[in-house]
Amino acid sequence: MTETVRGTRPGEDARPVAGTGLGHRAPDPGGTAPAPVALTAEESDVLRTAEAEPRRGRRRSFAAAFVENRTGVAGLGVVVTVAAFCFLGPLVYHSDQVHANIALTNLAPGAGHPLGTDANGFDILGRLMVGGQSALEISLAVALVATCFGALWGAVSGYTGGAIDAVMMRIVDVVIAVPAIFLLIYLATVFRPTVPLLIVVLSLLSWLGPARLVRGEALSLRTREFVDAVRAAGGRSSRIVGRHILPNALGTISVNATFQVADAIIILATLSFLGFGLPPPAVSWGGMLSQGTTYLLDGYWWEVYPAGLIVMVTVVAFNFIGDGLRDTLDARLRER
Amino acid sequence: MIGYTLRRLVQAAVVLLGLTVLVFALEHMIPGNLARAILGPRAGPAEIAAFDRLNGLERPVVSQYLTFLSHVLHGNLGYSYRLNQSVDSLVAHELPNDLILVGIALLLALAISIPLGVAQAVRRNRVLDHVATGVSFLLYSMPSYWLGLLLIAGLAIGVHVFPPEAPQAVSPAGVLADPRALVLPVVTLTLVNVALFARYMRSAAVDTLAQDYVRLARAKGLPARMVLWRHVLGNSLVPVVTLLGLSVPAVLTTGLVVEYVFNFPGLGLTYYNAAVNADYPVELGITVIVGIATVLGSLLADLAYAVLDPRVRYD
Repeated sequence: MTETVRGTRPGEDARPVAGTGLGHRAPDPGGTAPAPVALTAEESDVLRTAEAEPRRGRRRSFAAAFVENRTGVAGLGVVVTVAAFCFLGPLVYHSDQVHANIALTNLAPGAGHPLGTDANGFDILGRLMVGGQSALEISLAVALVATCFGALWGAVSGYTGGAIDAVMMRIVDVVIAVPAIFLLIYLATVFRPTVPLLIVVLSLLSWLGPARLVRGEALSLRTREFVDAVRAAGGRSSRIVGRHILPNALGTISVNATFQVADAIIILATLSFLGFGLPPPAVSWGGMLSQGTTYLLDGYWWEVYPAGLIVMVTVVAFNFIGDGLRDTLDARLRER
Repeated sequence: MIGYTLRRLVQAAVVLLGLTVLVFALEHMIPGNLARAILGPRAGPAEIAAFDRLNGLERPVVSQYLTFLSHVLHGNLGYSYRLNQSVDSLVAHELPNDLILVGIALLLALAISIPLGVAQAVRRNRVLDHVATGVSFLLYSMPSYWLGLLLIAGLAIGVHVFPPEAPQAVSPAGVLADPRALVLPVVTLTLVNVALFARYMRSAAVDTLAQDYVRLARAKGLPARMVLWRHVLGNSLVPVVTLLGLSVPAVLTTGLVVEYVFNFPGLGLTYYNAAVNADYPVELGITVIVGIATVLGSLLADLAYAVLDPRVRYD
């Protein structure tokens, strides 16, 4: 478990942090060298270059390794394409997503409307773009907030241990005990959903996974020599958590963050499909699907399949990136 | 083992206590006042005062919480003013239907994913493995309602094989009496779970296959099938048992969506309807039940793990 953590930070090989570098070194069996107490800046610079030199030749940069992972790159390509479609698309392809037009309802795909129109006469292609904007914005924000908070919570809990750890983890257990969708629906009925509110609420329900994950990492990292070294050198707990535990768990954290985005897109699409997402005139992929299913029996396929497909493609792409990141990290560990 | 079980039981009890605090807090999060939310805009000050007195809302928060806790412990989950029915009778009425839907789907999912996962592990990186991994990846990446809609579009509207709606009977016997209508919701829930379980089963079997005792069994000349049945399957099932316990929230989430898509008369649909009608007591009561199910699931998973794998000892 510990091994998957070490050196998994993107770009770490170029500039190792002093504490991490010390961790890689075997303890001196003879005890002749003094414990690494309070290194001068010069000394730690020497250590850094000594550490970094042999590795630079042997190991490629993280980006170079990731590029060789075909699924990961494909996922990244799709995400960039979807993002460009949603955010740049409206600049090229103009459509009115505000005014309903009864004259244009349920038009089949054809000239002027490549993907047809929906029951309110909105152009489907343009609507996919606008709906994607909120989906991507919210899910990326949620992944960021939830990951940062969860990682910090888990690192503090795992590093501190004892009663504080027990209390912090029981809090996680309690919130995790209620499946997110039930809490989300309840909160959506009590408060009127807005973009910031959705980000806050989804984050409040998504930080639990990273918290547990990082706590596990912290539990094993806290017993490592480089943590002892920092403590012996007089480093405070906040420094150990912030500068040593968290950076060392960054690999696990970033893989998980990618999956968080995928999960957030799904849960957001589910919420808006059920009718508890952003209220109109906001556009969402789930909402489009929900409206389109009304016409499933009428054969208006263009109102259902494009929205369903784009959700699926985006989620698959984020999962691909996550898998690719994880595989790259694992492969780099084997190389060492 | 006894010590571990006791500690784990205490931990579960603490989490359940925390759950009641959370639900109590959710109830008090309703903006404005509860009386207004339930009695409606036309209620006068006298009615609101009477409601507050009747429900103890004028008492201190801690005292209110203790009352709430005592109610929950006695199986009183609140009262739905919309349905004019107690929430616990509602739950007692709907829960058997859910157990049918979820039970059948879980059994099917295990029956498919266990052999599938082992087969994938044995034929790693071959066609079957790639296809199965790809399909579960797709299933895993789509919202469950989208899968349900695809099945409806294909098998209920495209070809009229199955009805698009779940059985509409109110009793469990009635639900079982209409097996054709039960097919699509069960298949949706099964496929989603297969996608989840097969991944774990595959990696568990891959781990087991690499163990020395498997190599030994092969080396001493046991037939391949015997090795698989006696040594690989049993040992790979241990993590799956844990997964089963931990998958309760995922199953309940999918259950809610599937019940909505297929209009299945269960707790999930009741929760949805309660949410649409702002029927807070029903929402919160079901939340308590769902939370209890999740906590019990993870408790059983941990205990089963300790029983199945004697090496696991937490001291």
